[in-house]
Amino acid sequence: MSVHTSLMEAAASAPLAPQLSWLGHVATFVRRKPLGAVGAFIILAMLAVAVVAPWLAPYDPYQPDYTAQFVGPAAEHWFGTDEFGRDVLSRVMYGARIALFVGFAASLAGCSIGATLGVVSAYCGGTVDLLLERVMDVLLAFPQLILALAVASILGPAVPNVVIAVSVPIIPRAARVVRATALSIKHNQYVEAAHGLGASHRRVVAQHILPNVFAPYLIILTAQLGTAILAEAALSYLGLGAAEPTPSWGLMLSGSAPAYAEKAPWIGLFPGIAISLAVFGFSLFGDSLRDALDPKLRGR
Amino acid sequence: MRTYLTKRLLLIVPTLFGVAAVVFVIMRVIPGDVTLLILGGDQTGRIDPQQLAAMRHQLGLDQPIAVQFGQWLWDVLRLDFGKSLWTGQPVIEEVLIRLPLSLEVAILATIVSVLLAIPLGMLAAVRQDTWVDYVIRLVSIGGQAIPSFWVGILVILFLVIYFGWGPPLEFTPPWVDPWANFQQLVWPVITVGYRYAAVTTRMTRSTVLEVLREDYIRTAWAKGLRERAVVIRHALKNAMLPVITLIGTEFAFLIGGLVVTETVFTLNGVGRFVVDAVAHRDYPVVQALVFLIAFCFVIVNLLIDLAYAWLDPRIRYH
Repeated sequence: MSVHTSLMEAAASAPLAPQLSWLGHVATFVRRKPLGAVGAFIILAMLAVAVVAPWLAPYDPYQPDYTAQFVGPAAEHWFGTDEFGRDVLSRVMYGARIALFVGFAASLAGCSIGATLGVVSAYCGGTVDLLLERVMDVLLAFPQLILALAVASILGPAVPNVVIAVSVPIIPRAARVVRATALSIKHNQYVEAAHGLGASHRRVVAQHILPNVFAPYLIILTAQLGTAILAEAALSYLGLGAAEPTPSWGLMLSGSAPAYAEKAPWIGLFPGIAISLAVFGFSLFGDSLRDALDPKLRGR
Repeated sequence: MRTYLTKRLLLIVPTLFGVAAVVFVIMRVIPGDVTLLILGGDQTGRIDPQQLAAMRHQLGLDQPIAVQFGQWLWDVLRLDFGKSLWTGQPVIEEVLIRLPLSLEVAILATIVSVLLAIPLGMLAAVRQDTWVDYVIRLVSIGGQAIPSFWVGILVILFLVIYFGWGPPLEFTPPWVDPWANFQQLVWPVITVGYRYAAVTTRMTRSTVLEVLREDYIRTAWAKGLRERAVVIRHALKNAMLPVITLIGTEFAFLIGGLVVTETVFTLNGVGRFVVDAVAHRDYPVVQALVFLIAFCFVIVNLLIDLAYAWLDPRIRYH
C-alpha cells in the first residue's frame, strides 16, 4: 500500500515534459522557426539602436549644417545629408525611437482596449454583446487609414496624437478576435464548474477567461505592430503625424525626397529601407508566433 | 438564399446609420468652432459677434444636437454635404470631378493584382519549398512590408533619374487620349497593385496548399488526371473562396493605398482630396469623404458576402 502511494506521488510530481529554461525556449524557437528568429533579431536590433541612439548617432539629428547640404553617402556621412545638411543616418537612428514608440504604444493601447471590450462582450452576452458588436461593426466599416486620418485631422499633428489615431482602428480588430476566443471558452465545462462552485465573475474572468485569451491577444498584438508602424509612417508622410523637425521616417520621405530625386536620391532611400525592414521584421516574427501559438497550425 | 439576402441587406441599415453617427460625432468634437474657422476673423483676429451668430444659424449649429444629427442624416440621404470651406464649391461636385481617376486606378490595380496574384500564388503552392516558392514568397512578403508611398517614391526616383520624367499636371481621361491616360496611370497602378497583389498571393498560396491536401485531390491524381487539370479545375476552384473575401477586405488597403499613392504621384483623385481636406481643415469635405468611403467599403463587403453565398451553398443554409 505504502509502495503504491509513493509510486503515485512520484508519478504526480514527475514533470510531464522536460522543463525548458528560458534560453531553451529561445533555442527551440530559433530551430523550429528560423524566419521568425530573423524577424525577432531585426526587431531587437532596431530596439537596441533606438535605445542607444544618442550615443550611437554620429551627429545631432536636429542640427542643420548649411555647409554640408546634399552630401552623398561617404565615410563622413554614411547615409548622406538632407537639404538642411542634417545627417540622414542619425535621423534614421532617432526615427527608430518614434516608429517603435508609436508602434508599441498604439498597438498595446488598441489591442488592450479591444481585448477588454471583446472579453466584456463575450462574457456579458445579451444586450451588451449586441451593442458592442454593432459598434465594432461600425468602426470596422472605416478603412484603417481613413479612420486614422479622420482622428488625426481632429487632433492635429503631434506624436501623442498619432498614437491615438493609429490605435483607434486597432480596437475593433482586436475586439473581434478576442471576443471569438472568449466566447468559446465561456461555454467550456470548467467555466461552468467554476460558476457552480460559487466563483465570482471577477474570479472566473481573471482565472479562466483571461489566461486563455492571452494567446490570441499576443497574436493580434504582434500582427498589429507592423501595421501600426506603417500607419505612423503613412500619416507622417501625409503631414498628419509627427511635425518637422521630428526625425520620423515617414516625414523624412515627404516633400524633399521626391523633390530632390535627381540631386540626392539617398534622402528618399534610407528612411524607406528602415520602415520596410521594421515592418518586415514584425511580420516575420508575428507569422511565426501565430504558427507556434495557434494549435490549428502547429506541426505544419 | 432569399432569407440570407434579406438578413444581410437589413444588417446594412444599422451599420450605415452608425457610420453616419460616428462621422457626425467625429466632426462635432473638433477643438474650436468651425464657424471661427470659416470666418477667420479680421486682421486683428477679432470676429463680429453678430456675424458669428448669423453664420452659426446658417450652419444650423444653434439647433439642439438631435436636430443637427437629423439634419445631417437627411442631408446624407440627399447626398448634400454642404460646401467646401476651401473652394466654396458643393462638396459632392468636387468629389464627382475626382472620382473617375480614383475609380480607374482602383479598378486597374485590382485587375493587375488578381492577374498577378492568383497564378503566382498557385505556382508557389504547387512548387512548395522550391526556389520558385521562395522567390514568390519573398516578393510578396516584401510587398506587405514596403509602404506603398515608398514604392511610389522609388518609382519616381527611377523615372526621374533615367527618363527625366515629371509628374503629369492634368489628368487625361481614357476617352480623350487612351495612350496619354495609360502613361499617366501605369506607375500609380503598379504601385497600388503591388501591395494588393502581395496580400492576395500569400492568401492564394495558403488556400491552394490547404486544398491540395484534400481527399478529392488525391482522387483526381489517382484517376490519372494531368497536373493542369488537378490544379486548375479541382484545386484552384475550391481555393478561390477565401481569396474572394480577401479581395473585398483588401479594398480598405486599396483606399489607403490610393490616398498615399495619389499624393506621391500628385494625381488629383479622391484620395489626395482627403489629404488636402484634412490639411486645410476643410471639415465638410473630410466629413463627406470619410462617410462616402465607409459607405463604399460597406457595399463592397456586402457584394463580397453575396458572391460568397452564391459560390458556397453551405453559407446560404446556415
